[in-house]
Amino acid sequence: MTLAPNSYTEIPYEEKKRLFDEMRADPRYQDHLYGCYECGICVAACPSARFYDFSPRKIAQALARQDVELIYEQLNDDIWNCSQCFSCTRCPRGNNPGGLITVMREVAVNNGLGSARDALEGYGRVVYKIMGTGTQVSPDMLQPNAFPDWGPHVKEISDHLDVWRRALPPETLHTTTTAWQVDDRTITELYFIWHATGVMEMIEEVDEGLYEILNDVMEDVLEDAGFDDL
Amino acid sequence: MSKIPLPIVQERRERQRPATPPTEDIREKVFEIEDAGEWTVHRVPEPYTEVTTKYGRTKKIPHQGLWHHKSCGQCGHIPGYSTAIFWLMRKLGFEYDDPKDQTSCTAWNYYASATSNSAAQAAVAMRNFGAAYESEHFPLIHCGTSYGHYKDVREELVAHPHLRAKVRSILDKLGRPFVMPEEIVHYSEWVYAMRHEFAARQVLDLSEITATVHPACHYHKLVVEDAIYDPDIYGGQRTAVVTAVAQALGAEVADYSTWFDCCGFGFRHILVQRDFTRSFATQRKIEVMVDEANPDVVLTHDTGCVTTLDQSQFSGKAHGRKVGVPVMSEAQFAALAMGAHPYKVCQLHWHNTENRPLLEKMGIDWKERWREFEDELKQLESGEKEYVTWDDVDAEPVATGSDS
Ligand code: SF4
Ligand code: SF4
Repeated sequence: MTLAPNSYTEIPYEEKKRLFDEMRADPRYQDHLYGCYECGICVAACPSARFYDFSPRKIAQALARQDVELIYEQLNDDIWNCSQCFSCTRCPRGNNPGGLITVMREVAVNNGLGSARDALEGYGRVVYKIMGTGTQVSPDMLQPNAFPDWGPHVKEISDHLDVWRRALPPETLHTTTTAWQVDDRTITELYFIWHATGVMEMIEEVDEGLYEILNDVMEDVLEDAGFDDL
Repeated sequence: MSKIPLPIVQERRERQRPATPPTEDIREKVFEIEDAGEWTVHRVPEPYTEVTTKYGRTKKIPHQGLWHHKSCGQCGHIPGYSTAIFWLMRKLGFEYDDPKDQTSCTAWNYYASATSNSAAQAAVAMRNFGAAYESEHFPLIHCGTSYGHYKDVREELVAHPHLRAKVRSILDKLGRPFVMPEEIVHYSEWVYAMRHEFAARQVLDLSEITATVHPACHYHKLVVEDAIYDPDIYGGQRTAVVTAVAQALGAEVADYSTWFDCCGFGFRHILVQRDFTRSFATQRKIEVMVDEANPDVVLTHDTGCVTTLDQSQFSGKAHGRKVGVPVMSEAQFAALAMGAHPYKVCQLHWHNTENRPLLEKMGIDWKERWREFEDELKQLESGEKEYVTWDDVDAEPVATGSDS
């Protein structure tokens, strides 16, 4: 019996089941779920549960009960609220609800679900940065319009960015567009990893524009380096 | 909110530690895989310090010859964090490698967007480990998330031969060796292991300073059995890193009830859903610290935690919340205690929350130090100098507290 009888009724049960089976096929799934006492210890430790209508207990419970309808609902409405802090590894049953959510998110991205597309809206520049340059945040991301809630301090940094970076003793940190200097061979190797592990296909599922841009950047580099058997 | 008095926490220690660790020792499996010829184990170089982990096992923390696996958020937005780690190593006269053939672990993005998978994450980790091995330096992981994530990756690679085979074939194509380090070591473990060396070189008296410590989630909640616990610190009931360092330097570490809570970083939240981050950081962490401990400084040991706890206070202040406590890493705090320049080394001008009253209380003449830093900036701006270098900084006499 499902605990979510009226949710997403327009989606056939088979499709919801297919997504659940994809989660279960992830090798980590078995390591992260052993059942659930429904004790709520994970909820007490969970920061997102304090702020959102969100519960790691419900996630673990739905998966342990194999409640396909409820799992589909969570896949759409809940998983992106998690902070991935792993406070829930306090679980006395040995579950890792945060780890289960990582797996669920991957399935959402792999299948281009609306929840994944929504969650990643406005996030493309960060994905571009990490996949394209090898570091996740760069000094030049500190712009007042990106962080208005951090106050005038951000403008001060962006106004002085070049000279403040040159005032750093470690020579690898004299960069403004990457967090540190990453050499060309290393970047090429990273591009190869994204292609060889199916990450490029994941990006294509959720953001075709970003996929095109990344592919443009990577294609020639990989070819020049002799990685043409992708 | 009420906290359990520390003496009671400390008393629990001997009664609670199990006679046999409840988890397997993954490092034994790592060596078995080497015996089977599947990978090389990168040995911890000597000399090393042996420390105790959660269930009483021993972990080796190497002293020098380290490959600094840098952190995106530290290098990008709070660069005094990374610089202070290097500076501490230089002050002890230790050789190290600050590599350019390192990528991010990419886990911040993975935990934020899930636009990756196990194989990609493991390949990124093993490429970095391979690069460290080739440089004949042992990896020292600056970021708490990289550290926790790499330990997860190690578990996955050990548990799943198919994953191992796939990642190995990628490393083969890249021409990199397939190497697993004997230990995965966080910089704060190195700082913990070296704390008495720092105390011996300390020039400031910190006995009037009260700190609160935020233990980073990805340090002690991922692969929990591998984090450092010390019977002398919280009775071995909480991780000892950071706290032990502040205490060794003579500061008082005050307790607060929400110590286990995360900082509110949230990975995706800090970038695109900061309403959560701001509220959690100020209401569940900073305000509780102020109410219960009234600290002069918050010390922590991870990129996201310093960023979140520091930057979130601006909006908290606008809403009249009880905020306004400076935040830094314990590495920066230790460096200041040893006379590091607050701006040239610790780069505190990249931090948001007002820290000058703290510097004054520590006995640092921040006005004079800022003037010196501005002189450097003028030289850079005029073209007289292209960069500030380690030679410039190493040549400086240590700033003692007496000139304030
Ligand atoms: S990982 Fe997610 S579910 Fe677990 S405690 Fe953190 S926010 Fe909650
Ligand atoms: S997942 Fe674990 S901690 Fe959470 S309710 Fe179930 S048994 Fe309790």
